[in-house]
Amino acid sequence: MSKYLRIAIMAWTAIFIVTPALAGKFNLGRGATEAEVAAWDIDVRPDGKGLPDGKGTVAEGEVIYTEKCASCHGVFGEGIDRWPVLAGGHDSLKSERPVKTIGSYWPFLSTVFDYVNRAMPFGQAGSLEADEVYAITAYLLNLNDLVDSEFELSKQNFVKIRLPNETNFIADTRPDTPIIAEGEEPCMTGCKPGPVKVTGTARVLDVTPAGDKDKSDSLD
Amino acid sequence: MSDDAIYPKTMTSRRSFLGAGLALGGAALAKPALAGDGEAAILEKQDWTQYLGDGVDARPYGHPSEFEKNVVRRNVSWLTADPISSVNFTPLHDLDGIITPNGLCFERHHAGIAEVDPAQHRLMINGLVEKPLVFTMADIMRFPRENRIYFLECAANSGMEWRGAQLNGCQFTHGMIHNVMYTGVPLKLLLQEAGVKTNGKWVMPEGADASVMTRSVPLGKAMQDCLVAFKMNGEALRPEQGYPLRLVVPGWEGNMWVKWLRRLEIGDEPWHHREETSKYTDLLENGKARRFTWEMDAKSVITNPSPQAPLLHKKGQTVITGVAWSGRGTIDRVDVSIDGGRNWKTARIDGPSFDKSMHRFYYDFDWDGSPLLLQSRAMDSTGYVQPTKKQLRVERGTNSIYHNNGIQTWHVKANGEVENVEVS
Repeated sequence: MSKYLRIAIMAWTAIFIVTPALAGKFNLGRGATEAEVAAWDIDVRPDGKGLPDGKGTVAEGEVIYTEKCASCHGVFGEGIDRWPVLAGGHDSLKSERPVKTIGSYWPFLSTVFDYVNRAMPFGQAGSLEADEVYAITAYLLNLNDLVDSEFELSKQNFVKIRLPNETNFIADTRPDTPIIAEGEEPCMTGCKPGPVKVTGTARVLDVTPAGDKDKSDSLD
Repeated sequence: MSDDAIYPKTMTSRRSFLGAGLALGGAALAKPALAGDGEAAILEKQDWTQYLGDGVDARPYGHPSEFEKNVVRRNVSWLTADPISSVNFTPLHDLDGIITPNGLCFERHHAGIAEVDPAQHRLMINGLVEKPLVFTMADIMRFPRENRIYFLECAANSGMEWRGAQLNGCQFTHGMIHNVMYTGVPLKLLLQEAGVKTNGKWVMPEGADASVMTRSVPLGKAMQDCLVAFKMNGEALRPEQGYPLRLVVPGWEGNMWVKWLRRLEIGDEPWHHREETSKYTDLLENGKARRFTWEMDAKSVITNPSPQAPLLHKKGQTVITGVAWSGRGTIDRVDVSIDGGRNWKTARIDGPSFDKSMHRFYYDFDWDGSPLLLQSRAMDSTGYVQPTKKQLRVERGTNSIYHNNGIQTWHVKANGEVENVEVS
């Protein structure tokens, strides 16, 4: 066998060899190739793990965003109709109508990159190049007044960018209402003083879909 | 669903409440008049008693009676921007027992229904494993299987009711839930096949649809009771429920039950992806937000009567029925109140009581025809008692969107109409 053929076979087997699993007891499935893992393993974490090489500027992002994102999310990230609002909402989280945007609510920038990269634009998931995703992410930072218009986002400076609301997320503290000890029972009689009164009704709002008329709106 | 989309942007014009209720189920229940010798239903021959029906070849895959055509999932169109990334609701008021029929299980998807060819479907396990693996559907079917009945509830179920009574019908207030028997492979067996490394602490399931949905699941839960399911209620998963493969995460919020499951990555940290940061985190009144709020608390609702299923028979013997469930175990008891939560009677649970499954309860009583304020209160095997909406609002405010398991009140009026109300 020639040296070159041997190298070619070794390279081929290194990539495509189909071997039974060694770790499990059922001996089912086959080894995933490096190329297969690379094709699907696109997830990005807050510590930067998973970020691809690349970079993009606010100015580049504005061009792409205007073309591919603004029709749903609005020119300024304000959200058209029910599509998500991406910018603004500063200091609104304690208000009666919080506006939860990348700048006002999202804890990590990596979430923006990961989501745009995997699922956007709506209907063309996975169509953006890495540099385009960096550029759109940079532009979204700019729309949220977190970087200036000269900014360039890259794999190198990515984890240095922190979002303002990161520290306002806490662990689940439920159950946060009473639990009954074993053998005890909840209140069964006279649990409220006097006759119970109606304090609000759905009829006031009347936003319930009306029976048969709604069939045209049904998904199936 | 966008964050504030649990409330309508513009109110629609007022519509007849009773019209909506009666259109959905009233006609078939109206009491026939008895005149002369008796009822035509008996005295006259019916077509179906005289003429032949369809043969066995007419309906190779059966469907419900034409008289049940109103028993369908429904969408609330103002909730979302587009039905492709939206939700519809299970008609709980039309169902009984504990199993949700496959065609009526509510749907929530983020990029439409993926139509996946099972021959082309692959499940990959990668990340912190001894050996990254790829399985075909045929491979997965060779693992030992289990059958389990679990509820799946969207964390946003009842999310439209945080600020007050809004939607008239348990389909809309509580219909983001279904209860199904899954056949599948314990996730543990698949992960063991790949060999999780000692620093592996989290699992990230990923879907094959165009939203490529991801969540972070702690390894402990994955090894405890998660399933990778391919059958629901005995038949293949429906496309809208993730055909050919979905993750089952018993007792935990529905968003984690990734459909069209194509990949499981093991990592040492959670990913903090979109569905566990921007969404499915619970904003409190003080501006802090709870994250990783996975478990579904104990909850119940009376399904009949309810706004879409009025009490048309007037006073006399009456069946009140509903469902209860808990993400932390079984339901130990359900109490029912007819006076708005002042006095309670323990309802009768009938049918199987499975861990993290729906339970069916009944309260049979003689209605005197006077108005009722109906409530149900579930208690689970941990001693957790379903709280009032007031209790939840005191703890969390009204901007949480998710995890509203407060006690629901239906106002039954003397004429049998039922309305969604809030009470003192």
